[in-house]
Amino acid sequence: MDFKMPDEPQKPYTEGPMHSTSPVIDPGLTFASVTDKISSIVLKRKTSLAWFFGFAISFALFQLMLLAMTNLLFVGIGLWGVNVPVAWGIDILNFVWWIGIGHAGTLISAILLLLRQRWRTSINRFAEAMTLFAVAQAGMYPIFHLGRPWLMYWLFPYPNTMGIWPQFRSPLMWDVFAVSTYATVSAMFWFVGLIPDFATLRDRARSKPFQILYGMLAMGWRGSARHWHRYEMAYLLLAGLATPLVLSVHTIVSFDFAVGIIPGWHATIFPPYFVAGAIYAGFAMVLLLTIPLRKFYGLEGFITMRHMHNMGKVMLATGLIVGYGYIMEAFFGWYSGNKYERFMIWNRMHGPYSLYYWALILCNIITPQFLWFKKLRSNLLVLWIISFIVSIGMWLERFVIVVTSLHRDFLPTSWGMYQPTQWDWAMFIGTIGFFFTLLFLFIRFLPMISIFEMRTILPEAEMEE
Amino acid sequence: MDADNKQIHVTSGGTHRRHAPPLYGVIAEFENPSDLVAAARRVYSLGYRRINGYSPYPIEELSEAIGFTKTSLPLIVFIGGLVGGIGGFLMQYYIEVIDYPINVGGKPYNSWPAFIPITFEMTVLVAAFSAVLGMLVLNKLPQPYHPVFNLPNFALATRDRFFLAVEANDQKFVHAEVVELLKSLHAVEVNDVEV
Repeated sequence: MDFKMPDEPQKPYTEGPMHSTSPVIDPGLTFASVTDKISSIVLKRKTSLAWFFGFAISFALFQLMLLAMTNLLFVGIGLWGVNVPVAWGIDILNFVWWIGIGHAGTLISAILLLLRQRWRTSINRFAEAMTLFAVAQAGMYPIFHLGRPWLMYWLFPYPNTMGIWPQFRSPLMWDVFAVSTYATVSAMFWFVGLIPDFATLRDRARSKPFQILYGMLAMGWRGSARHWHRYEMAYLLLAGLATPLVLSVHTIVSFDFAVGIIPGWHATIFPPYFVAGAIYAGFAMVLLLTIPLRKFYGLEGFITMRHMHNMGKVMLATGLIVGYGYIMEAFFGWYSGNKYERFMIWNRMHGPYSLYYWALILCNIITPQFLWFKKLRSNLLVLWIISFIVSIGMWLERFVIVVTSLHRDFLPTSWGMYQPTQWDWAMFIGTIGFFFTLLFLFIRFLPMISIFEMRTILPEAEMEE
Repeated sequence: MDADNKQIHVTSGGTHRRHAPPLYGVIAEFENPSDLVAAARRVYSLGYRRINGYSPYPIEELSEAIGFTKTSLPLIVFIGGLVGGIGGFLMQYYIEVIDYPINVGGKPYNSWPAFIPITFEMTVLVAAFSAVLGMLVLNKLPQPYHPVFNLPNFALATRDRFFLAVEANDQKFVHAEVVELLKSLHAVEVNDVEV
């Protein structure tokens, strides 16, 4: 289906003169065409060879993850490169990286909803899915880092015959609650958002199995005005709850570091700086995924250049906050007058891992500066490359924080070096495979754009009094 | 259902259809949201109360038009949050102070600032569950069957059509009057729906 402009161009949705240049949605779309176009991706469109190809690769990498995990369960954590003094290697790093990526989804779906940024509508479903899948990857790292992952349920406070309880003064316990709450609330938010669209798919599906499947998921949704009223209230309240939640999650993740006394970790700037970094990485990932997806599925009418510009701007803003964080880290180190703190900064810049530090500055501070230029923001290839570099940069940031702080702390006798092993990498690459496996299944079986929310921003939805 | 309504549908005479399907109501179909809301306002102003609108997306004006503006959901969520928050803190207090006190660096057993993160997370968790489950329970979902699904065109209620139902158990319901009224309100089609 292609989108023809109607004979008389209708007034596109705008948010004032500043943004009148490009609309948030193709003005030629109607209730019917939006519904048919998005649902046909799931119901009618022939599954393309490219989908199978992408899915096969992701699925193969997912097997690598299972292999790495199985081996870890048999052999133990010695399989990884972690050892004293660097007891947290790229596995905790990957946990932070993945969970950070997830944050953009909640930001788009919850915070932008509260801020009445209606451009979020066409990307929120996809971004929420990304959140959920990224959190799923993140959650596996700390569990497998436990050494005896099969005893992970000890982390939850349940009355037990051992007569012991978890220690709630530890940030690691806070983490358990923060991450599991975040995963649960994100899943509920996503599912609630999907209910009306399941009903749409139920009513459009031709084959019996899909009618039954989507029918069960829709739970008998019929678009009743009373239902919508409560639904909107529930959605708004969930957004209001998810907003402080998302800020708390990365704050608590940063406490894992900041509450420790290791130089380079023990800093008050960590919570805001981690939250900004999470949003930065998350938007980079959203762009990284939506740019090819939009092209491949012909969704330019839904995800317009306006979205690309806005996401570019959010990346620039959060990138600057992150840059400020780096400068302040160095300033704190110097201004503290503490020789360990000063050495930590010196070691980051000139020590054995200095290459990582300068690569991080290049990726995370220098690269986003290109986003100041509208011409570059409008070029999707440039935007995609910048997002890719930022994703690497955010990985490097966590490497610098985790590894360079630990490998040389107070006593030179306990210094050491850290090298990830092939199993560290197998696990990381494997989780990327799992992430994409879930994403491929999502775009094949669920509407990747919220159909009912798209209807609300159509010109047709404007009421005549 | 009162006797008046039954007379219309139960076929009298020699056939003895003892189980004639009772009427759920009359449903009008509209092409756009403005017509639906205008019709809903009119029907409501005439005193009909057991009415409901159906639309492919939330229309704020519609729930106002059918006189449905209040929901106890915010209260449920507030109570949920309160239970989660207080429960979360008391759980930690019980464990760290009463049942399993451990001296950590000379800190007081009730080191409440350290309990705040989990208290907060529990507040959000229980409040979010209350919001989702509260919405589903108040909406009586999951509900696999509903009379409106009998309307053949109702599949379009999730695409681009708008519906207004006047239920047969409304105090004022008289079949012919309701059909006439709905027809006069720019409805594309007016149909009976059986239970």
